[in-house]
Amino acid sequence: MEYEAVIGLETHVQLRTRTKMWCGCANEYGAEANSNVCPVCLGLPGVLPVPNAEALRKTALTGMLLNCDVPGFSKWDRKNYFYPDNPKNYQLTQLDFPSTIEGFVDFEFGEGTERVRINRAHLEEDVGKSTHFADHSGVDFNRAGVPLLEIVTEPDLTGADMAYEYLNALKAILEYGGVSDCDMEKGQVRCDVNISVRPIGQTELGEKIEIKNMNSFSGVRRAAGYEIERQIGVLREGGTLVQETRRWDDAVGITESMRTKEDAHDYRYFPDPDLMPHTPSEEWLAEVRASVMELPLARKRRLMADFQLPASDAEVFVGDAALGDYFEVAAKDAKNPKAVANWVMNNLQAKLVETGGSVADVKFEASAIGELVGLIEGGQINSKIAQDVFVEMFESGKSPAAIIEEKGLSQVSDSGELEAFCNEAIEANPGPAEDFRNGKETALNFLKGQVMKASRGKANPQMVGDLLKKILGS
Amino acid sequence: MPHTLTISQLTDKLTQGELTSRDATQSCLDRIAAVDGQLNAFLSHDPADALAQADAADAARAAGETKPLLGVPIAMKDVIAVNGHPLNCASKILGDFNSPYDATVTQKLRDAGAVVFGRVNMDEFAMGSSTENSAFGPARNPWDTDCIPGGSSGGSAVAVAADECIASLGSDTGGSIRQPAALCGCVGLKPTYGRVSRYGLVAFASSLDQIGPITKDVRDAATLLGVIAGEDKRDSTNVPEPVPDYTAALTGDIKGLKIGLPKEYQVEGLDPEVKTATESAVAELEKQGAEVVEISLPHTEYAIATYYIIATAEASANLARFEGVRYGARVDGASPEQMNRATRGAGFGEEVKRRIILGTHVLSSGYYDAYYLRAQKVRTLIRQDFLNAFEQVDLIASPTTPTPAFKIGEKSDDPLQMYLSDIFTISCNLAGLCGISVPCGFSNDGLPIGLQLLGQPFGEPDLLRAAHAYEQATDWHTKRPNFN
Amino acid sequence: MPNMREDLQHAVKLARIELTAEEEARLGSQLGDILKYVDKLNELDVEGVEPTAHAVPLTNVLREDEPRESISHEAAMRNAPKTANGLFIVPKIVE
Repeated sequence: MEYEAVIGLETHVQLRTRTKMWCGCANEYGAEANSNVCPVCLGLPGVLPVPNAEALRKTALTGMLLNCDVPGFSKWDRKNYFYPDNPKNYQLTQLDFPSTIEGFVDFEFGEGTERVRINRAHLEEDVGKSTHFADHSGVDFNRAGVPLLEIVTEPDLTGADMAYEYLNALKAILEYGGVSDCDMEKGQVRCDVNISVRPIGQTELGEKIEIKNMNSFSGVRRAAGYEIERQIGVLREGGTLVQETRRWDDAVGITESMRTKEDAHDYRYFPDPDLMPHTPSEEWLAEVRASVMELPLARKRRLMADFQLPASDAEVFVGDAALGDYFEVAAKDAKNPKAVANWVMNNLQAKLVETGGSVADVKFEASAIGELVGLIEGGQINSKIAQDVFVEMFESGKSPAAIIEEKGLSQVSDSGELEAFCNEAIEANPGPAEDFRNGKETALNFLKGQVMKASRGKANPQMVGDLLKKILGS
Repeated sequence: MPHTLTISQLTDKLTQGELTSRDATQSCLDRIAAVDGQLNAFLSHDPADALAQADAADAARAAGETKPLLGVPIAMKDVIAVNGHPLNCASKILGDFNSPYDATVTQKLRDAGAVVFGRVNMDEFAMGSSTENSAFGPARNPWDTDCIPGGSSGGSAVAVAADECIASLGSDTGGSIRQPAALCGCVGLKPTYGRVSRYGLVAFASSLDQIGPITKDVRDAATLLGVIAGEDKRDSTNVPEPVPDYTAALTGDIKGLKIGLPKEYQVEGLDPEVKTATESAVAELEKQGAEVVEISLPHTEYAIATYYIIATAEASANLARFEGVRYGARVDGASPEQMNRATRGAGFGEEVKRRIILGTHVLSSGYYDAYYLRAQKVRTLIRQDFLNAFEQVDLIASPTTPTPAFKIGEKSDDPLQMYLSDIFTISCNLAGLCGISVPCGFSNDGLPIGLQLLGQPFGEPDLLRAAHAYEQATDWHTKRPNFN
Repeated sequence: MPNMREDLQHAVKLARIELTAEEEARLGSQLGDILKYVDKLNELDVEGVEPTAHAVPLTNVLREDEPRESISHEAAMRNAPKTANGLFIVPKIVE
């Protein structure tokens, strides 16, 4: 009997906002424990929440990036449970009327593209952070109240690798949209993985087992891979699976059942009476929609199509959006966009790394690169000189034409001039000349080098080679 | 004696230079020292801090400042946050909690120049109608110290009636300002929900709670309301409705005002003396030109059940934060769960436990639809009753309570009986209306009786106008308890 | 005969309140009476009636993403029953 896996992911993402969800405390990582706190996020007696407008905007934006609907009505609910890191012992969340619903993510997987449907992306609040000691635990509430976006897929994922690629694609989209920095080190992205298995052909889902609070995508891949095999193993041996929550132990490489809590969670959800519903207007939505930008996958495909770039080049420009934006300006109307791409990815990128700068700091016009490529292809300069011109462009901001003019770097392609250089080189170096006549091919390179030197690099190397051969051959 | 003055009287004397704020404040402090041992209205107070505020007010006045409450001592129900002062909600569970922030109303009182002082007694977490649920002993009715003062703002009403302060702020969720005001012979106003910020009010039932004034007369209530009302960006349920000059509404003219008498309020437990006193009060209003009509509020008999489902549900969540992690009187345990159980078991009084359990139950899986959801629907029906009534009338009149104050201990064994006495006040909160209680007589035993008027949302001007017109035609509000 | 009916015991557990046996008996009885009383709401036909979701008909009450001063660390910890290293200390949390 063959089995298949059915996976759904719930990804919790901290939004990039200046302040927390309900209060004006800073939304900032790494501060001294319990220093970004106030009566509201500490859950002191008498306090009230007021929602962060930017968090709602970023949530709606996420919905748009994930092809979701942004309904005209959303509201807040209380999810009641006790936990030391939960200051009010209820979490404010969105249960039945979330901010966004029903979308999808397309991403590349294997040979093609996969689509995973998004059930919803709703807004809630993060809780404090616990540290565990020998006999006690300590809680830091700096993180309590940070806006958290929960993105829930339908159970459309079919394997560990696919889950991994989905997560990468999701992260790219969220980073692109400025929704979150998705910094895994800072715990800004956490996943709950829901896995079940069933015999192939069965439509009914198997028992759903949840692995909570994964904070790395590769961890998700390992855990899912293990758990799928484990579940199949249990069924093959005639055992049964029960719905439960398990913990992934990355060091050992297994999932373990978590101690079942005495009171299975009865969250007693009810509409929060302190918070008013959100009914986004057309104007509000239009403003959010204005910041929707092209998704990574779409951008990659467009760069490949419009600029005839190979996938690897397109991926570089998608991975570094600023560089990619720069490339598009530089390559506009270029006859050889691939050449432009090379200059941007190699020379420009190297210079930026060297100087620690960004594309915004580049002194020359983006179109200058296209110009430079044109000058090489037109034979005005050779590629070696072009490298020097580029360095000068970077330093001074001047155009390539101006630099060539100023420094007299135009490639010498006049056959008369070149012949003179060649004859001089042959005369000055009879030995190598004789060697070449006698069949030593490499001696030509030496002579060529001499011509280049004499011409201060400006001789057209192709022509020099041909001329030398011609002269020596005769 | 300065402590017997009203806000307007004291302000006059302060302006004229006849008294200083220090005089007035010291007078209140002396009065507290003299009588509070018997009354237990004050859970704590800080004389040095009060006098320092009084001195600052005197200095400000000398420098030419003229704020609406400059130098007036106002006592705070122990459920409202005052920075640097205890905040206990008359419960053991908060231990020695000292508030690190001011409620918005506290800030508004300060901005108006008031001397904000004292923590006055209440039913624990505002749950109760007699102040017998205080963890620190009940407050006693100054008209008969064997009797309850009402609740949950019992301490506020006692302090005002006994002239231990000039005025007080209380809170009202199902009648907790109006009922103690009625039982103690003073004025108690519950503003429209959303009129006054709840930021800094320890929440009992979030969709029903409001802070309001308890005062010696209607003019004071209007003055105090004018100071505490208004927009607050820290409270999402606060309605940004402009604040009118409420004292300007006290014109004395109520000709043509239509007042409704709900026929369903002729309940079996209505004390005949209360009935008579209220009827006389209504007759007085008629005499002054108001038109009185009978109205119907058909869902009256369902109000108490509706309230005790919704309020306890909200409270069960609001009080979950009291578990010993970040503040309060922790009782240790082997695990956080054990610690929570022990802390809450030791720290909460019985009424609070009762309501939390009830509230948890009505929200729990399998019961939500039958209880909580149904109650919210009935709440809509109750609101509709009032909307319909207000098409015919401007105000609704009734007794505030079915009986005068009963003896301490008389009803404390039967919580349901206690709940049923909220019959006249409770719907006001469910329907989001404003309401006021004014003194309208005494029982043969010398216990105060209150007349309640209910107004439409943001209808405080009409409410105050009618209450004031009635008050000024009588002298109930000038009576003071005689005890020593 | 249990001190308190099972569904209420479940609520007690969810609410994390430790009761003595005597309290359990007394509260159980009182709550039974109260629940019987509130059952009267079943007399009403609420078909098609919208629940009162909010006490006031406001929407879109939001706050701009502007920082506001937090309280000092000292003030935050002032009322804490137990602290160490700037953290609120609780009995060890075991997953």
